[in-house]
Amino acid sequence: MSFPILTSMVMVPAGGALVVALLSNRRPEWIKLVALLASVFTGSLSIWTMSSFDTADAGFQFISKHPWIEPWGISWNLGVDGISLFLVVLTGVLFPLVIIGIDPHHDHKRYLSWMLLLEAGMMGSFLSLDLFLFFVFFEIVLVPMYFLIGGWGYENRVYAATKFFLYTMVGSAFMLVGVVATAMLARSNGVGYLTFDLVVIAEKAQFAASTGRWLFFAFAVAFAVKVPMFPLHTWLPDAHTQAPTGGSVILAGVMLKLGTYGLLRFGLYLFPEASYWARPLFLTLAVVGILYGAIAATMQTDLKRLVAYSSVAHLGFIVLGSFAFTSQSLSGSVLQMINHGISTGALFLLVGMIYERRHTREIAELSGLQKVAPIFAGAFMIVMLSSIGVPGLNGFAGEYLILIGSFLTARWWTVVAATGVILAALYLLWAYQRVFHGEPSDDNRSFPELKLKEAAVLLPFIGLIVFCGVYPKPMLDRIEPSVNALITHVSEKTGYVEPGVPQPLTQSADVVATEPGDEEQP
Amino acid sequence: MLILVLGENLLVTFLGWEGVGTCSYFLISFWHERGSAATAGKKAFVTNRVGDWGFMMAMFFAFQATGTLSYLGINAAADGLTKTTATAIALFAFVGACGKSAQLPLYLWLPDAMEGPTPVSALIHAATMVTAGVFLMCRMAPILEVSSSYAPTVIAIVGCATALFAATIAVAQNDIKKVLAYSTISQLGYMFLAVGSGAYVAAIFHMVTHAFFKALLFLGSGSVIHGMHHEQDMRRMGALRKFMPITFGTFIVGWLAIAGVPPFAGFWSKDDILLAAYDKSPVLWFVGLVTALLTAYYMTRQVIMVFYGEARWHDAHDEHGAHGDLQPHESPWIMVAPLVVLAGLSTVGGGLNLPFSHKTERLASWLEPVVGGHESDTAKLPLALIATAIGLVGILLAYLVYARKKAKAFEPAILEQGWMYDQSVSAFMGGPGRKSFQALSWFDRNVIDGAVNGVGRLVRGTAGEVRKVQTGYVRQYAAALGVGVVLSLAWFVIVRGVL
Repeated sequence: MSFPILTSMVMVPAGGALVVALLSNRRPEWIKLVALLASVFTGSLSIWTMSSFDTADAGFQFISKHPWIEPWGISWNLGVDGISLFLVVLTGVLFPLVIIGIDPHHDHKRYLSWMLLLEAGMMGSFLSLDLFLFFVFFEIVLVPMYFLIGGWGYENRVYAATKFFLYTMVGSAFMLVGVVATAMLARSNGVGYLTFDLVVIAEKAQFAASTGRWLFFAFAVAFAVKVPMFPLHTWLPDAHTQAPTGGSVILAGVMLKLGTYGLLRFGLYLFPEASYWARPLFLTLAVVGILYGAIAATMQTDLKRLVAYSSVAHLGFIVLGSFAFTSQSLSGSVLQMINHGISTGALFLLVGMIYERRHTREIAELSGLQKVAPIFAGAFMIVMLSSIGVPGLNGFAGEYLILIGSFLTARWWTVVAATGVILAALYLLWAYQRVFHGEPSDDNRSFPELKLKEAAVLLPFIGLIVFCGVYPKPMLDRIEPSVNALITHVSEKTGYVEPGVPQPLTQSADVVATEPGDEEQP
Repeated sequence: MLILVLGENLLVTFLGWEGVGTCSYFLISFWHERGSAATAGKKAFVTNRVGDWGFMMAMFFAFQATGTLSYLGINAAADGLTKTTATAIALFAFVGACGKSAQLPLYLWLPDAMEGPTPVSALIHAATMVTAGVFLMCRMAPILEVSSSYAPTVIAIVGCATALFAATIAVAQNDIKKVLAYSTISQLGYMFLAVGSGAYVAAIFHMVTHAFFKALLFLGSGSVIHGMHHEQDMRRMGALRKFMPITFGTFIVGWLAIAGVPPFAGFWSKDDILLAAYDKSPVLWFVGLVTALLTAYYMTRQVIMVFYGEARWHDAHDEHGAHGDLQPHESPWIMVAPLVVLAGLSTVGGGLNLPFSHKTERLASWLEPVVGGHESDTAKLPLALIATAIGLVGILLAYLVYARKKAKAFEPAILEQGWMYDQSVSAFMGGPGRKSFQALSWFDRNVIDGAVNGVGRLVRGTAGEVRKVQTGYVRQYAAALGVGVVLSLAWFVIVRGVL
């Protein structure tokens, strides 16, 4: 039996959390070391997974399956495919950076312990191929995040943490019903025995249309809250703003992707008919979310809240791509999940650094920072441009694929959604102008420049931003087979035909014009 | 910029397109401590983004219809496109071009972009970047050919209107760079007029000659500003020809070129465009002619205000106390040398495409395989004579008004304010636009989040009421128990009939 790499990715941080919790508070250096080792080890495992990932295989790889609660057909079933691969890598990479880069200021032991548990939960959610197991991890994630916001957050932290927890729990309640009902109904509709195995149910179950739709919505509500989709988004600005920097980075970077990932995995894959049926609703909500989030972001006076609302807009793009059902738009969505994680994670990191220095997040309190801290401003600028979606940086690659793919099946939604690109430039550049341009006021005159340690944490982010923007091909190579398999699966179940584009008339053999990754020269 | 021009497909062009846009943002807000520069940069970026939206839409339409974004592929497939699709591609691409090339209604950012350093204005805001829109439209020429007939007409009208509109504004500007900025917009309008008239060669030709003389004029104005110790107001200049002879000499060449005086470069290319416009519609030709008149007029005005007349900078020297008595001086050779080179090019640039025979139309025969030719049987000579005459009339008028003071200068405030267009847009954005954004933000806080918190309060309120039942008194619990037992028994006995 080969090395259980996926199981280790869940167990190492979980074990690390336990060890950290048991270590004595009087040995802070040990605590940090253990936390660091656990997260770095998990990160290297995720990168190893990526490098030995078979690009030709569209199905699940590295499967590790062990019976757990046999009478109910529940098993410890982990696997990774092109859709989840980079989310796993992102989780693996973000956590060590957050653990190294952000100082929680107090209670290191508890903080790090919760962080590691959070990592285990995230990994488990992205890797689970068992409905029940997924639900368990999906819920586990809430607990550490609740304590992170409540314990290390800002002035209004308890309100935000409670709201976050309760809001998400409401969604989860629907999902619990959905999980159980799906397994039960699948038994009598094609599967023949009780199992929570995702692949078995997706391939074999034949739900009646109305049944499938009800089940789909049970899942979709939970994911829509998590994404968050308009109008279920209001927990997000509060949670983001009040969370400590590390919490915000993780929340924006990977946790929101649980929602969009869930929609792909447990929406489109599990209930293709219902997803296709619900398409107009989700497209509309996505477009509304893009514009609404952008407009709301423009009017925020709190820098962190602004970034939070920009997430609502960006996640709208991902949902749009997911429900446009074309290989370009779906690849774009998966890519954009990663890109948003990198750039918004970095934005929260930078906003956190501003708070560390000035103890305010109010845009009005800040001014002229570019003059006193040009390197810091430069880093902020690169990250911001990536968030705006300037070509050559990562935000563009995903956004563009989403839009061009969605245009094929959802033309008018896309036309409206693309105006979100204008608004993104508006709110971010305006914020940048107010914070960084102009003459620094007295309070800002002594704003310290970027420190070496901070730069070391930011560099990987900026490197990824540039790399994924210039050369997204290695990622797309791994994403596309799985996405195409998903579309084939949807087509088989529903008879939906993906609209093709005509064959180009003149085309030299070595240029594939539909692949932006091939064209952008590094 | 090179990526933009050399890109073989729309996506790579877009990459360069956005790249220059971003760089232009950095360069305009180069003096970032100055609020106006920062605002101008942001405005340029956001306005350009509106254009980019159009560009993206054009790309999507093209991709859906032809399956490729490469120019070769699109142009090869152009004949097979339906009229509607072709029109959609052409018009959306034109929206993109309007953003980048500062046409109505998206021209707003270019005058403000003059906040940037002058060499930047010369290079990207006059010569290269802003002409990208014209370039794009010429690239898409085969699409334009198959689209409905109103698409090129729209382009020609927008170009023509912009040319006239910006020229009228330029007449009343006092900032030396603002005049040139509006002049650039106006000249870009000419280029779109050419595109809309199907004269792609003329558009490219004018793009080239315009690059020569407008870069010359911008660098010349930069030299003047440098020599005047950062004074940009033409009302505080005058008589500079004695102090800055080389700048003066080269500026004169640029002036003659833009005014359309033969044999300078601008004459040939402008003439080409007017010819094409005449073929399209005499109305367009007439408007173009009026614009030519205005161009000659405001450029002469500028030359006279800056280089002739009496020196008006003595009374301003109090504000320049740090410099001592203001003494204009010629710029160092490194600033003057490019002026000389550009002046040379502005003089002979017309040689690229002389309309005497097919042999002298070098640019045309070079571009013909790509964009197709533009055949015209209109008599060229009379039109050329009229255009030249009009240019001279413009110069003469300005001479009479500004040098000989025969008439009062006509500079109404509304022209100086750019027809109030910028202010109206700003007022709308700052007023109702912002209000509506705020309203949405309020809606989010109070209605949507209010509903969420309302549910929370409802649960808490209900729970608070229900909690009162739990009093902690044993006798009340016992009573409730007793009543419960009696009621249950009653249910079974009376309703269900158990006994």
